[in-house]
Amino acid sequence: MAADPRLLRWLRAHRPGGPFRPEAWRSPLRGPWLTSVLGLVLLTTLPTVVVTGLLSYIAYGPQFGQAIPGDVGWLSLPWFDWPSRPSWLYQLTQGLHVGLGLVLVPVVLAKLWSVLPRLFAWPPVRSATHLLERVSVLLLVGSVLFEIVTGLLNIQYDYVFGFSFYTAHYWGAWVFIAAFATHIVIKVPAMARALRSRSLRTELRTKRVDTRPEPVESGLVATAPTPATISRRGALAVVAGGSLLVGALTVGQTVEWLRPLALLVPRGLVPGDGPNGFPVNRTATAAGITAAATGPAWTLLLLGGPRPVTLDRARLAALPQHTATLPIACVEGWSTTQDWTGVRLADLATLAGVDSPASAHVRSLERDGPFGQATLQGNQIANPDALLALHVNGVDLSPDHGYPARVIVPALPGVHNTKWVRSIEFRRAP
Amino acid sequence: MTRHSEPHAHGPWHTVVLLAGFAVTAYATLRVLDDPDLPRMLTWFLAAAVAHDLVLFPAYTAADRLIARIDTRVPLVNHIRIPLLASGLLFLMFLPGILRQGGDTFHTATGLTQDPFLHRWLLLTALFLTTSATLYTGRVTLTRPTSRTTPRR
Repeated sequence: MAADPRLLRWLRAHRPGGPFRPEAWRSPLRGPWLTSVLGLVLLTTLPTVVVTGLLSYIAYGPQFGQAIPGDVGWLSLPWFDWPSRPSWLYQLTQGLHVGLGLVLVPVVLAKLWSVLPRLFAWPPVRSATHLLERVSVLLLVGSVLFEIVTGLLNIQYDYVFGFSFYTAHYWGAWVFIAAFATHIVIKVPAMARALRSRSLRTELRTKRVDTRPEPVESGLVATAPTPATISRRGALAVVAGGSLLVGALTVGQTVEWLRPLALLVPRGLVPGDGPNGFPVNRTATAAGITAAATGPAWTLLLLGGPRPVTLDRARLAALPQHTATLPIACVEGWSTTQDWTGVRLADLATLAGVDSPASAHVRSLERDGPFGQATLQGNQIANPDALLALHVNGVDLSPDHGYPARVIVPALPGVHNTKWVRSIEFRRAP
Repeated sequence: MTRHSEPHAHGPWHTVVLLAGFAVTAYATLRVLDDPDLPRMLTWFLAAAVAHDLVLFPAYTAADRLIARIDTRVPLVNHIRIPLLASGLLFLMFLPGILRQGGDTFHTATGLTQDPFLHRWLLLTALFLTTSATLYTGRVTLTRPTSRTTPRR
């Protein structure tokens, strides 16, 4: 379905100025090969970012209605009970999601730089299919930038966008998945051809002074190039260097001994020294937790058995205690591993009179927050390292870390490890 | 030169693929149709593309052309371009902390303030620039054209 040839002729004769003139594009580096190298990098890495993001949705427990957005229809991975082993599972998947997403920002920017002449192609549309492709590319570019921007703002607690991050990032991801898949199907043959057109080894040996435009006819190759100010290997090194720089400055959010290097991200900062000196997710003050509510009058209520069971902190401390070294990993990609001590959730279930519960509903003293409650799966309660922790690193939990008691479950998204626990209701399978 | 031989989507197969992709996008859009924030999300979606393509890209291209005008015996261009690029990348990615946006939610979440970030970014920028300047000085020294020109005395 080509456009009317007379219209195309007329359009060609009336090319606008500025970036619509091919001569406006001067870099001798642009061309199908360079674009394809960057495209190949994204083709092999972005699927990991996508899949780990979709896994995070499952980890939040959509079967309990506590994944956001709530109703996603067909657009999710098949639901399954999120495993509680290995304990670092969510630390790994979400660390990869955020970490790899951050590291790929320079590659995405470079890829966009390499194809920008296409935005100003003239005539703008050559056929109905070409029009559809241009719309699809707009969705691709819009969605990848939308995901990057909302993700970056979210991990830095800047909610300037004013909509639900979870909802927007989730649906934006599906727009991206659709456009990315379309782009792959349409472009992979051209990418393969372009990658074969030049030898990477030769390119890595070519100096700046010997750098010439790619000798192919393509809307990407400059018609009136300036001499190269950097070689192709130099340009690729700059992109790789950007990724390394971002990686070096963010990996400390997850890898404890590199935390001092995480200079520009929130979780490089540590709130003080001592056993409780590790990152806080939500402060007690922000959650409206008062000293009176967590004082000697505090009790834990266990529900779901023949009758409610109430335990004060002294009775909890007198129960068999178990210590586990577990990471707590947040959706924002950061994590921290600590030694937690407390009562096994399975023991509390037995105490409540519910053997092998199918789920447990945990409520916090926090009333207003979106994560003042969470539901745990049967396999999570049964894990011998799943605790109602009273202590961390040998001392009482600090108020910000959930005193008098908090949940800590292996491989569970951070916000579902409810702090300032008020009650746990164990539920049998229906 | 006519440039209509370049590859782009064509043929019924590509049309089907494109329409299938739009179907998924339409399904996703229908799911948020009753979300009162949908107009905001769409605005941010389009603004992200426009801000990149029509603001960020022209801005860094113009800056780069200014830098590329510098002509010296040992090319200086990349010694200016690369540290500024690194600094600009970090600013772009971590500007909420550097500019102290969202200070309240930051404090609520972490119990801390964003105060350190601006200084750290400036220090990193200074580090990039001085490292690059040192390397340039080294290169100039090493490539001093003594072999080609006759000594004056």
